[in-house]
Amino acid sequence: MKKQIVTLFIISLFALSTSAQTYITRNGRVTFFSKAPIENIEANNNEVTSFLDTQKGEVAFVALIKSFKFQKALMEEHFNENYMESNTFPKANFKGTITDLSKINFSKDGTYTVTVKGDLTIHGITKNIEAPATINISGGKINANSKFNIKVKDYNIKIPTTVVNNVSETISITVDCKYDPLKKG
Amino acid sequence: MRKKLLIITASFFIAVISFAQDTTDISKMLEDELKANDQNKTVYTTAAFKTTRLIDGHSIENTAAGVLDVKISHRFGTIGGANGGVYNFFGLDNATMRLGFDYGLTHTLMIGIGRSTSLKTFDAFIKWKILRQSTGKRNMPVTVSYVPTIGIISFRDAAVYKSFSNRINFTHQLLIGRKFTEGLSLQVMPTVVHRNQPVDNGPNDVFAAGIGGRQKLSKRTSFNAEYYYQLPGSKVPGTTNVLSLGFDIETGGHVFQLHVTNSSSMTESNFITGNKGSWGKGDILFGFNISRVFNVGKKHTKEW
Repeated sequence: MKKQIVTLFIISLFALSTSAQTYITRNGRVTFFSKAPIENIEANNNEVTSFLDTQKGEVAFVALIKSFKFQKALMEEHFNENYMESNTFPKANFKGTITDLSKINFSKDGTYTVTVKGDLTIHGITKNIEAPATINISGGKINANSKFNIKVKDYNIKIPTTVVNNVSETISITVDCKYDPLKKG
Repeated sequence: MRKKLLIITASFFIAVISFAQDTTDISKMLEDELKANDQNKTVYTTAAFKTTRLIDGHSIENTAAGVLDVKISHRFGTIGGANGGVYNFFGLDNATMRLGFDYGLTHTLMIGIGRSTSLKTFDAFIKWKILRQSTGKRNMPVTVSYVPTIGIISFRDAAVYKSFSNRINFTHQLLIGRKFTEGLSLQVMPTVVHRNQPVDNGPNDVFAAGIGGRQKLSKRTSFNAEYYYQLPGSKVPGTTNVLSLGFDIETGGHVFQLHVTNSSSMTESNFITGNKGSWGKGDILFGFNISRVFNVGKKHTKEW
């Protein structure tokens, strides 16, 4: 009987130690910025969900389009209705890998600059992208930051000629996520 | 012995299951996470209509909090009929207008004032969104708004308007609407117009049923229709029901509404109970509304 308990204990330990490889955030922040002659447009989404697998170096993000908040209500309405068509394409997501995972020592505090490569899906269109990222490890928590640019026409988002001075062709995207170890329920 | 075997088998299964979970790829985990999240979140339906007016009357849309909407509306003379034709440049010689200011106090409450040429009428209203169409945690099939409006006629005619009470009309409307698809939105507008001392031979309380909707033609344009039907029991004698058809064209901060209608009034109490024009007799007139929004107040939902 003792033996079985020991076996069970070892198994549960094994399960715990492996689960610590996966990290999660439910309130990651994604910001985008459009710089155009007439106006600058900024939107924030504080409800981005992301998983990070530190062993395989895999990372995945999902952002609800409707959760992007703008300073002007009309911008938010047009963003959802005319540009992103959020009823048809409610989510944007990214799935990729850290290409130079070996640079990072997840058990040691520090800041590492890495490259993330993967598929970004916006407005129903998937494109392979590569972006620099900064991984900061401190006290068992992982903080990831990234900044990159995308072209709206790559994602089949059309800007009418009447607003070319209001909306930029190139959008700058900033990602800021604070991950916690995933706790199994 | 059997018991031991059972425990060993069970623990083996547990190990396999926990191992299997740990090797599940994270995009699958993300999907599961989102499914759970979708059920805990209420997503409100937005942009059922391009602006807060369907054509003459209200749509279920509200001006956003802290936003001022300046509305300039024109109705020209009748295209056909006795006052139309080539001589009157198909009605363009005669124009009436309404200048209005709408303001969003919160995301569910807006107020507005206006002044129309027709009977030199001043109007003021409140629009309160009681229910908002939504999906997810809170599933609500319709948006319901209550709109009380006061209309004050300032036209000088001592023979008709013997007291101030003759000049005041109250309209109470419920707007019940639903965005069925990305393109199609419909609404019904049960309405009662209360006149303190009517100057026509009609009753004090006129009951009407409005129906309207829009079908998008492209991302930025839509076809709209609106009809107000006075219930037979309380119809004002000699008046006609208002039918309006039009297009919405949205260009950034502006919404242009172009339409044909048989009413030159733009205040609820006037066009529902006091319209004389008839589509059958060619009393069709061209009109437009221009809406321009300005961000004047601080947005309440700034979240960063």
